[in-house]
Amino acid sequence: MEELLKLIDKNGLIVAFLLVGLLTWITDVFSKKVLASRIPGSAIAIFLALVFGYLGGLLGDGEKGLADLKLFQGLSLLGGSMFRDFAIVATASGASFFLIRKSGWIGMISLVFGIGVFFLGGVALAWLMGYRDAVSLCTIGAGACTYIVGPVTGGAIGASSEVIALSIGSGVVKTIAVTIFTPILAKKIGLDSPGAAMAFGGIMGTSSGVAAGLAATDPKLVPYGAVTATFYTGLGCLVCPSLFYLILNWLLS
Amino acid sequence: MIKGLALLSFTFLLGMWMGDLLGTLLGIDANVGGVGFAMIFLILVKEGFVKKGWWKDELEFGIEFWNKLYIPVVIAMAASLNVKSALSSGVLAILAGTVPVFLAFWVFKVLIKSVKFD
Repeated sequence: MEELLKLIDKNGLIVAFLLVGLLTWITDVFSKKVLASRIPGSAIAIFLALVFGYLGGLLGDGEKGLADLKLFQGLSLLGGSMFRDFAIVATASGASFFLIRKSGWIGMISLVFGIGVFFLGGVALAWLMGYRDAVSLCTIGAGACTYIVGPVTGGAIGASSEVIALSIGSGVVKTIAVTIFTPILAKKIGLDSPGAAMAFGGIMGTSSGVAAGLAATDPKLVPYGAVTATFYTGLGCLVCPSLFYLILNWLLS
Repeated sequence: MIKGLALLSFTFLLGMWMGDLLGTLLGIDANVGGVGFAMIFLILVKEGFVKKGWWKDELEFGIEFWNKLYIPVVIAMAASLNVKSALSSGVLAILAGTVPVFLAFWVFKVLIKSVKFD
């Protein structure tokens, strides 16, 4: 037993391949046999993974969900930003440059809309909850964009660590919400073509949420959503602590 | 296979570098669109290779493998997110993380209806 634990500890990444493979296998069978493929297996697997992440957080009391437990630590390597970005780039080999160029303009418009909607939504909610200073409002609004824009903005304009933590929390909740609701709502909102996926990536922004949500909806759409979503965090980091902060500050004084 | 993987790595690093440079140029400590640039480089390189007749199945396999690995990576990522602290960081975090998402779904629907895709 001790040897086995040592082996698992040493080969974290390999263990992660095994775990994710098993989960995918089980959810694929469940999707086909029980749900008659109404919900794709990958959607169930991603949702279950979130549940496991929550349980891992309860048991491990760390910051990396299930990966905080020693047995599952390889998951944070397999699901880390390096492999994530590398695999997203690989999806581009199935995308058509013609379509990306044709829909590029709508991607740009949607980026502006997306950052505006999330920032304003976050600021409005923070206002309703009693925050009145421009620094906190701006940081929480930025956190509603993504969990990277929040702390970058908060750090730049000098928000308290409590507000920064809150902004990271909002961003992670957003990623989870986009992951879960994209496959559910895709048909209703007309998310069914490469052009629509590019607009979707720009509006939603969270590259992990968009990519996971599209993967569960239709894997063919992933590269188109990812190619615009990847600009969202950078654009957010650019306008939130500068332009948006100045406007908020001006409105409040 | 390894040639395809090398090609993918090359475009990845080049794109990420562009993203970092753009971030520095804009004066922010973040990568701006690195993944997007890398994707565009990969598509361009592929077009060029196909034209020259250098794009072989053998080469594509190295990229295709990572393309297919994408969903498993997302599953592993979902399992290693800090779900617990996100849900316990308060009502505001949950509201600020969900309400704008639904608003954005609605904005998307309106935007998509107003443009036509062929």
